[in-house]
Amino acid sequence: MKFSVDRAVLLKALAHVQSVVERRNTIPILANVLLEAREGGLKLTATDMEIAVVEEVPGVTVTRQGRTTAPAATLYEIVRKLPETAKLELDHPGGDAQLTLRAGRFDAKLAVLPVDDFPSMTEGKLPHKFALPAGPLRELIDRTRFAISTEETRYYLNGIYLHATEAGGAKVLRAVATDGHRLARVEEPLPEGASGMPGVIIPRKTVNELRKLAEEVQDEIAVALSDTKIRFTLGPVQLTSKLIDGTFPEYERVIPRGNDKVLKVAKKDFAEAVGRVAGISSERSRPVKLSVDRNHLLLSAASPELGQAQEELDGDTVSYESSPLEIGFQARYLNDITDQIVEQVEFRFADGSAPTIVTDSAKPEALYVLMPMRV
Amino acid sequence: MPALCRDCDHAAAAAFAACPACGSRRAVAHPELFALAVAHVDCDAFYASVEKRDRPDLLTKPVIVGGGRRGVVAAACYVARTRGVKSAMPMFKALAACPDAVVIKPDMQKYVAVARHVRALMEALTPLVQPLSIDEAALDLSGTAALHKAPPAVVLARFARQVEREAGITVSIGLARNRLLAKLAAERDKPRGFAVLGSEAAEWLADKPVGLLPGIGPAFAKKLQAAGFTRLGQLAALDPREAARRFGEDGPALAARARGEDSRRVSPDRETKSISAETTFDTDLRSVEELERPLWRLCEKLSRRLKEKELAAGGVVLKLKTAGFETRSRHARLARPTRLPETLFRAVQPLLAKEATGSAFRLIGIGAQPLAPGDAADLPDLADPDAARRAAKWQAVDALRARFGAEAVVSGRGLPRKGPGSA
Repeated sequence: MKFSVDRAVLLKALAHVQSVVERRNTIPILANVLLEAREGGLKLTATDMEIAVVEEVPGVTVTRQGRTTAPAATLYEIVRKLPETAKLELDHPGGDAQLTLRAGRFDAKLAVLPVDDFPSMTEGKLPHKFALPAGPLRELIDRTRFAISTEETRYYLNGIYLHATEAGGAKVLRAVATDGHRLARVEEPLPEGASGMPGVIIPRKTVNELRKLAEEVQDEIAVALSDTKIRFTLGPVQLTSKLIDGTFPEYERVIPRGNDKVLKVAKKDFAEAVGRVAGISSERSRPVKLSVDRNHLLLSAASPELGQAQEELDGDTVSYESSPLEIGFQARYLNDITDQIVEQVEFRFADGSAPTIVTDSAKPEALYVLMPMRV
Repeated sequence: MPALCRDCDHAAAAAFAACPACGSRRAVAHPELFALAVAHVDCDAFYASVEKRDRPDLLTKPVIVGGGRRGVVAAACYVARTRGVKSAMPMFKALAACPDAVVIKPDMQKYVAVARHVRALMEALTPLVQPLSIDEAALDLSGTAALHKAPPAVVLARFARQVEREAGITVSIGLARNRLLAKLAAERDKPRGFAVLGSEAAEWLADKPVGLLPGIGPAFAKKLQAAGFTRLGQLAALDPREAARRFGEDGPALAARARGEDSRRVSPDRETKSISAETTFDTDLRSVEELERPLWRLCEKLSRRLKEKELAAGGVVLKLKTAGFETRSRHARLARPTRLPETLFRAVQPLLAKEATGSAFRLIGIGAQPLAPGDAADLPDLADPDAARRAAKWQAVDALRARFGAEAVVSGRGLPRKGPGSA
């Protein structure tokens, strides 16, 4: 195998694939990236056995076809540190011989591992196919992933539950995540071809890798899935992942229906006040108390060691018409949600101890449920 | 160096071999003897000593207190200990080591009465008495010198004699500046001992094996040794950041303890650290199915104990003892504190499935660890639509049991299996 390529081109592709490689690996081959130089160009593959990323690299001059595997992190670091305009030549004579990387006066020799050891992820049939514009896909992820649980015992919560359903008479593609304390539910119009898809739980790492790749993409992203696997195609990059084999809870049953006490508050003022007030508490799970009265909101927090803090918001930024109410939430949970809200936050309370609904007044397609804390 | 005769309270500025006042050789001397105020008191071979007190004919014989064919040694007297008998050793092993031992069934009522007596004597010395077990307590005698017209060391020596006189058993005393060092001191001089650990403690600890430190059990000690830490001095030398990097968030505290530092106060309200329940089977059990029945009953028991103490389980520990007396334990953290039998059972079930792969077990136990405050238990859970209903169910069961007795509601899965084909 021998090819030459611009440093910038290879760096970008390596950045995509090396990101799935786990930093600590007990299986040596999983630390490597598979390089395949073929007639059409170069193909890179990296996997952690759960996720595989394959990228077709354009603008590569292949002078001798062949395949090998090299340490992904090392290769990436070398390429990253080479001068921006460098032209690289990679040469592997075959077998156990080292991989030579030359750029100007720089010369490196990397140990390789046999191609045959590199695990291939079999996709099987992916019968459900649809296309999703990059923008809506990013929204689905951004508005739900903060609520993904890290709890190992309830592994079926360690991802985003994606499924087709109906909402208000319209067919929607819905993403849901919950860790038990908060729940995020976001919808986009159902893309053509997705109506028969099974509900799937996409693992957190896949979600994060996909979000990184989606950052650079403007066009549509092709999605194909089965009960057990999902594949996203983003231009030259293909991300394939196993799905979490579990049953997502019947989340609709925990979304309260009768919450009728509505508080509307300007997002910027509210989020900043929460941040300031919560600063007083040293504990990780900072409770902030909301004391709501007619067009008036008092935010307060107290810590036995550090003291207490409060801030008032009134008629200019707050609207509330129901009976007075006191309720506490973890500051971080409030901020995670308000981060996703543009201008006005809408709370719907039942009472001080029941689940509360939070929405963006301008975007009813996203809904959050938050458990109060005792204050 | 200040010195004290433990038999007549004669105090001197210089150490002596035989007491100038009474001739006794039971002296204790230490530069800080009259300045230290935290004590650890441990009754020597407690159950066995009580039995020997009541049966003077056994005085010179090896005595083991313990129960049953499948029981373990609850206490062994010092004669038995010289033959290799240890606490918690299976009875058959103990008898193999010491065939002529006199085995006495434990009489807990008697021991509790003696323990109460000893505790009452302690509480006459200071309000700051923290019982650590039936036969152990920590005492803080700071500020009591004016009341007793004597420094803590003298008060403790008198106390030891009083216990011997009135309760008929002996105690070992450790005196230091904190609880950790006091405990280590008490272990240094046993039985009927009095040891002091002062500012030399850090140096004294440095060349001791890591396993000496309370809290470092055999398994952890092995881990430490594998990481190259064999002596406490090596742990003591770690700066907090390095300690945290190597041993996680408890690392800095571990290093501090290895230096002999301990900020725990002697607090009379004993804090419960863990709550557990266990049972030994009449015949060994193997299969998950067989083991789940006693496990379920233990979950109910644990739940009841948590409720009594207004606590909840933040995690569960499964304990199993094999027929070969190997103890295995597995821990799982709970995402949310609970005290519902069902939730405890569901958390411990997968742990059991991993362990019960064919070995024969003689004992099963379940513990709540860490503990969480009771009002944090079983809060509504957005990821579990049935949580609220389950909590309500157990509330109803508890109400029925409170009114009609514990047997009013019995869960089927805890009962022995009956029916065709099974005995």
